[in-house]
Amino acid sequence: MNPENDLIISQRLAKNFQRNFRERLIEFGLLCSGLIAIFITLAIVYVLVSEAIPFFQHVSIIDFLTDTVWTPNYSIKHYGILPLISGTLTTTGIALIVAVPLGTITAIYLSEFASHKVREIIKPILELLVGVPTVVFGYFALMLVTPMLQKIYPDLTTFNMLGPGIVMGIMIVPYIASVAEDSMRAVPMSMREGAYAMGATRFQTAIRVITPAAISGIVAAYILAISRAVGETMIVAIAAGQQPNFTFNPVESAATITSYIVSVALGDLEHGGIGYQSIFAAGLTLLIMTLLINILGHAVRKKYAERY
Amino acid sequence: MVKKIITNKLKHDEIIKAESKNLNFFYADGTQALNGVSLPVYENKITALIGPSGCGKSTFLRCFNRMHDLYPGNRYDGQIILQPDNTNILLTDVDPIEVRMRISMVFQKPNPFPKSIYENVAYGLRVRGESKKRTLDEKVEEALKGASLWNEVKDRLQDLAFNLSGGQQQRLCIARALATEPEIMLFDEPTSALDPIATMNIEELMSELKQKLSILIVTHNMQQAARISDYTAYMYLGKLIEFDATNKIFTNPSKKETEDYITGKFG
Repeated sequence: MNPENDLIISQRLAKNFQRNFRERLIEFGLLCSGLIAIFITLAIVYVLVSEAIPFFQHVSIIDFLTDTVWTPNYSIKHYGILPLISGTLTTTGIALIVAVPLGTITAIYLSEFASHKVREIIKPILELLVGVPTVVFGYFALMLVTPMLQKIYPDLTTFNMLGPGIVMGIMIVPYIASVAEDSMRAVPMSMREGAYAMGATRFQTAIRVITPAAISGIVAAYILAISRAVGETMIVAIAAGQQPNFTFNPVESAATITSYIVSVALGDLEHGGIGYQSIFAAGLTLLIMTLLINILGHAVRKKYAERY
Repeated sequence: MVKKIITNKLKHDEIIKAESKNLNFFYADGTQALNGVSLPVYENKITALIGPSGCGKSTFLRCFNRMHDLYPGNRYDGQIILQPDNTNILLTDVDPIEVRMRISMVFQKPNPFPKSIYENVAYGLRVRGESKKRTLDEKVEEALKGASLWNEVKDRLQDLAFNLSGGQQQRLCIARALATEPEIMLFDEPTSALDPIATMNIEELMSELKQKLSILIVTHNMQQAARISDYTAYMYLGKLIEFDATNKIFTNPSKKETEDYITGKFG
């Protein structure tokens, strides 16, 4: 027991203040960047709620949720959100009918069938579609898709939900394909080998083994696509007509929540007027819808959580 | 003296089920993993492949059901003759799917599908186009009994396969492979992820299975090879060093390298 040695050892094992301080600093920095996202979300909720409260002092929530007419800018004012919800749901529904099969099949092809070379070429091209501004998609719907649909169905009006719905579907295909493909590729090779060793073909392996194994990621892709479609603004604002009709008929024109917000917000609105406040009520409705979709999606994903 | 040598040689009354002849195998990057391996697989016998890691025993095993076809660029050279067809299953005009229907495989890590216990076993039958409920029920029960799993799972056939223990999952994989009545079963270190009791169960199961089919097993565990196999092949650096009856290999190997490996001086 040499006291000199003891001293050295205790010094060696002493806490390194410099290192501890650096670690704390990094931890604090990481926490701050996380908090910014939460703060912005809370700020959005605060703005929406605080502006929506005066609106609901004028209009009862029951009228808002049950009235089937939405005419905040007419002399006879009605504030029923249902026409906007029906427009939103119909265009989203059409988009999903297009995007879910197309996106899923693309994902299966890219993950299970395409060679490495083909995948490396196709995937970036597909992802390029995400970068196209939605205004361009809007005019694509109005100037190309709707006229083409009119050739098949002559009674179709210039502004309708079908054209923008289809274009919106095409727009979200890469979202579904990309996320679903990632989750299918994450299925371990041992699962594929097991299926092939049973004498399964590529198709049988892809459909009966890989797809169920990756279902949680595939569902996540669908949820992302739904949120994207519900929140899409420009395509429907340009090509669906901005006419709040309470209808689920895709050949009619309609307004969605987002297209109403953008059309009103672009006009001259008196700050603090009821028309101005109605934007926030509509925005709050949209936020709640998206929230519900996300909660549902989370529940579904939990149910089918990956377990391999 | 001459007589002694003959008795030490392989008994030639065994029926050859499959035989590799001068088999070479190259991975896509050009490495040669197998170098002129010639080895018989006898009917209703267990043949064990032993050797240090990277000696090519798993590569060799996976040639038998053309698993290497799944990865582009791999190349076989040589023959694996499957009897009674007397056909080289490595030929490009032989359909690997047909081969896999007759030669099934159980992997190192249990890899049940994300389906119910029942559907896991029925999978191979469904792949073959069987859809009659009664036939499926019968075959699933038979296969699960064959894999000594039936009593443990008969009341919960619709449960997800992942809820089973590791040993049960591996027996499920055996049942899955068994359901389609293969002629040869390949085992790639089937017990390396299992505890001793589960390992014992699988070993007993393999001894029962050989009544019905031929087994080729890769194992890291030399005691396991000694316990269950009838024939043992020792491989090193992609070459077959020695092949003989198991008790001969473990008691009186003819090659020095084999003896060194068996006795633990090497490997």
